[in-house]
Amino acid sequence: MGVASEALKNFKGFTTKNIPTIEPLSPGHRACQGCVEILALRLALKAIGTNVIVASATGCMEIVTSPYPQTAWRVPWIHVAFENAAAVISGVEAGYKAMARKGKIDLQEKIVFLGYGGDGGTADIGLQALSGALERGHDFVYICLDNEAYMNTGIQRSSATPYGAMTTTSPPGKKSIGQSTWKKNLPAIVVAHEIPYVATATPAYPLDLMNKVKKAAMVPGPAYVHILSVCPTGWRHPTNIAIEVAKMAVATNVFPLYEVIDGKWILSRKNPKPKPVKEYLKMQRRFAHLTEEEIEKIQARINAEWEALLERCGEKKEGGAEKTEVTPSE
Amino acid sequence: MGKRVGMEVSIAAAEAVALIDVDVVAAYPITPQTHIVEHLSELVANGHLDAEFVPVESEHSAMSVCVGAAAAGARTFTSTSSQGYALMVEICYIASSMRLPIVMAVVNRALSAPISIWNDHSDMMLARDTGWIQTVAENGQEVVDLLIHAYRVAEDHRVLLPVMVNLDGFIVSHVIEPIELPSKEEVQKYLPPYKPLLKLDPKSPVTMGPVGVPEIYTEVKKAQDEAIKNSKKVILEAWEEFAKHFGRVYKPVETYRCEDAEIVILLMGSIAETAMRAIDTMRERGKRVGLARLRLFRPFPVEELVSVLKPVKAVAVIDRALGFNGYTGPLCAEVKTVLFNHALTPYVWNYIAGLGGRDVTVENFVEMVEMLEERAARKEPMGYEIINVRE
Ligand SMILES: Cc1ncc(C[n+]2csc(CCOP(=O)(O)OP(=O)(O)O)c2C)c(N)n1
Ligand code: SF4
Ligand SMILES: [Mg+2]
Repeated sequence: MGVASEALKNFKGFTTKNIPTIEPLSPGHRACQGCVEILALRLALKAIGTNVIVASATGCMEIVTSPYPQTAWRVPWIHVAFENAAAVISGVEAGYKAMARKGKIDLQEKIVFLGYGGDGGTADIGLQALSGALERGHDFVYICLDNEAYMNTGIQRSSATPYGAMTTTSPPGKKSIGQSTWKKNLPAIVVAHEIPYVATATPAYPLDLMNKVKKAAMVPGPAYVHILSVCPTGWRHPTNIAIEVAKMAVATNVFPLYEVIDGKWILSRKNPKPKPVKEYLKMQRRFAHLTEEEIEKIQARINAEWEALLERCGEKKEGGAEKTEVTPSE
Repeated sequence: MGKRVGMEVSIAAAEAVALIDVDVVAAYPITPQTHIVEHLSELVANGHLDAEFVPVESEHSAMSVCVGAAAAGARTFTSTSSQGYALMVEICYIASSMRLPIVMAVVNRALSAPISIWNDHSDMMLARDTGWIQTVAENGQEVVDLLIHAYRVAEDHRVLLPVMVNLDGFIVSHVIEPIELPSKEEVQKYLPPYKPLLKLDPKSPVTMGPVGVPEIYTEVKKAQDEAIKNSKKVILEAWEEFAKHFGRVYKPVETYRCEDAEIVILLMGSIAETAMRAIDTMRERGKRVGLARLRLFRPFPVEELVSVLKPVKAVAVIDRALGFNGYTGPLCAEVKTVLFNHALTPYVWNYIAGLGGRDVTVENFVEMVEMLEERAARKEPMGYEIINVRE
C-alpha cells in the first residue's frame, strides 16, 4: 500500500451533515462579487481547520485578504512574493521540523503547512519553486487556485488560460483568435513528480473539494490540489452564474475531476453524457468572438484530453468504449 | 579558548555556523561559495549539526526558505555569490522589510557578463540598498567572528534585521589560514537562543507580509530605516561583548598607521593586507600614508569615517565594483557624501581596482598614492579611473 492509501485508510469524508462551521478565512475580505477563488480558499480552510500555517503567493487572494491594518486571516498567514509560496511554506515546514526535533518547541498536534497561488503564481513564475518543493518531499499541501489568467494585474494571459480566451494580452483581432495556445496540464506535471496525492476540484462541488483538501492534508509528504476557480470579472459573465459556469466546466469535460493517489488515477465523476463544450463557452464573454470552426476545434481537443484521462484512469473497456456506471458523487 | 588550527576559511565558516547551532540551512551551490555549503551538508549528514539542510532548486528559493523558516521562529543560514545573489535579491529586500534575522555569507564574486567566477565586490554593491546589515571580513578569523557576531546583532529585539557577512571569493574563502574556533559552550554564552518577537504559530495567529496601502507604507519604511540606524549601537555593543568573550577586538573602521597620516587609502576586504604592505614601503620612504578599512558597510560608519578622515589632506578610495553612473564608484560616492555633510574637503580620487579577479599589487597601491598626490597638486577635478586596464 502506498503512503497516501495507508494514511487515507480510515478516511471519513465531509457530508452535508458535518460541514465545519469554523471560518479560518473570515468574511469581510475584498474579493469581487461572485468570486469563486475566494470560495475555494474558504472551503479549503474549513476542511483543514485551524491547526494550519498558510503561505500565499502574490495575487488576488493575497491582495483581497490582507490590506493592512485589516486581515481576513484567523490562522497564521505569510505572504512573501509572487513566485515563491511553495519555497516559503517548505521553509516554514523545515523550520518546524528542526525545532521540534531539537526540542525547541513542543508540537502536540500535527500542523498542516499550506501553500497556495494563482495559476500564474503556480504554472508560470512559480513552477520552479513548486517543482523544487515537491521533489524535496516536504510535508505540505499546495493549492493552485486556477482562474485561468493573471487577474490581479488586470486579466493577462497565463499558460493556464484556455485556447481561444480573450485576455488583455491575448486579445482577439484580425490576426488573433485570442489565446493561441492550449492550457498547460499542470496537474499532470505535478503527477510526474510522483508525490502521494494530486487532485482536481472546484467549489461547484464543495464536498468533493473539501474531502480532497482534507485528504491532501492527511497524507504525509507533498500533496497538490488544483482548483478551477471561476472569476466573473475576468471571464466576463454575470456574477450570479459563477457556480453554474463551474458546473458546466465539469459537465462538458473541460475541467474533469479526478484524484491521483499514490500514482493511481481515479476519476471522481465519470460523466457518461458530457454536454457540448459550446454550452460552457457561450456562458462567458471571453469566448464570445469564437467561430463555429474554432469551437469545433476546442471540442475535438477536449474529447481527446478526456479520452486520454479515461485511459489513465483505467476507465476504457477493451475496444475503446467507456464503462457506463456512474459513481455516486454528491 | 581553542587553539589556532590551519584550515580552509570556507570550512571554518561552516564550522562556525554549526557552533551557532542553526536550525535551517537552505542553499544552492555557486563558485566560490560551494565549500561552505558542502561542508555544512557534511556536518548535517554526520550529525555534528542538528539542522534541516534544504537543498533548494535556486537561490531565490534559498532565501524564500530562510524567510519561511525564520518566520516560523527558526535560526537560519544561507550563503551565495554573485549570480546567486542577483537571483535572490528580490527576496532579500523582503527579508529585511519583514525584519527577519537571517544571516548570509556572501562570498564576493564579480557579476556577469562576461561570466566570471573571480573576486570583486559587484554583488556586495548590488546588495547595498536592500536594508541588510553588512559586514566585510579581511581574513578567515574575521569570517568566523563576524558570523557569530551577526546572529547576536540580527536576533537582538532592538534590531531584528538580516545580516550579510562578506568575504572575498577565493582570496579569503579558499585559502588555508590559522583559525581559532571557539567551543560550542563559549558561543552559547555569547549568543543566547533565538527568541522571535512574532512567529507563525497556530496558537497565536498573525498575518505577515500584508498589503501596504499608501496610508501605511511610508511609516513601515520609516520604521525600517530607524531600525538600521539604531542597529549601530547594538553592533558596537555586540563587538564589545565579543572582545570580552573571545578576546578579539573589532570596530566598524579598522585603521593602520593613520595617526599622523596625510593620505589615507580607504577600502574594504582582503586587499587591505596588500595595502598595508604598500603603506609600510611608502612609510619607509617618508610618506605619511595610512589605511582605513571598512568592516561595517551597512549601516555606513559615518562617525568613525569622519574621525579618521578629518585630519587628512587626500584620500584614495578603492572601489571593487563600478557604479556605471559615469562619475564615481559606489563606495566613493558614499564616502564623499560623508565628507560633504561634515564640511571636510580632502582631495579624493577614486580608483576602481581588482575587477573580476584582476590582481591588485603592492606596486599598484604605491602608484595610486603617487598619482593621487600629483593630481591633488595639479588641482585636477576629482574623479575616478579604472586601474590596471590592458591597452
Ligand atoms: C516578480 C513579479 N512579477 C510580476 C508581479 C505582478 N503580479 C502580481 S500578481 C500577478 C498575477 C497573479 O496571477 P495569478 O497567479 O493567476 O493569481 P490571480 O490574481 O489570478 O488569483 C502579477 C503578474 C509581481 N508581483 N512579482
Ligand atoms: S478578479 Fe476574479 S479572482 Fe480576483 S477577486 Fe475578482 S473575481 Fe476573484
Ligand atoms: Mg489567476
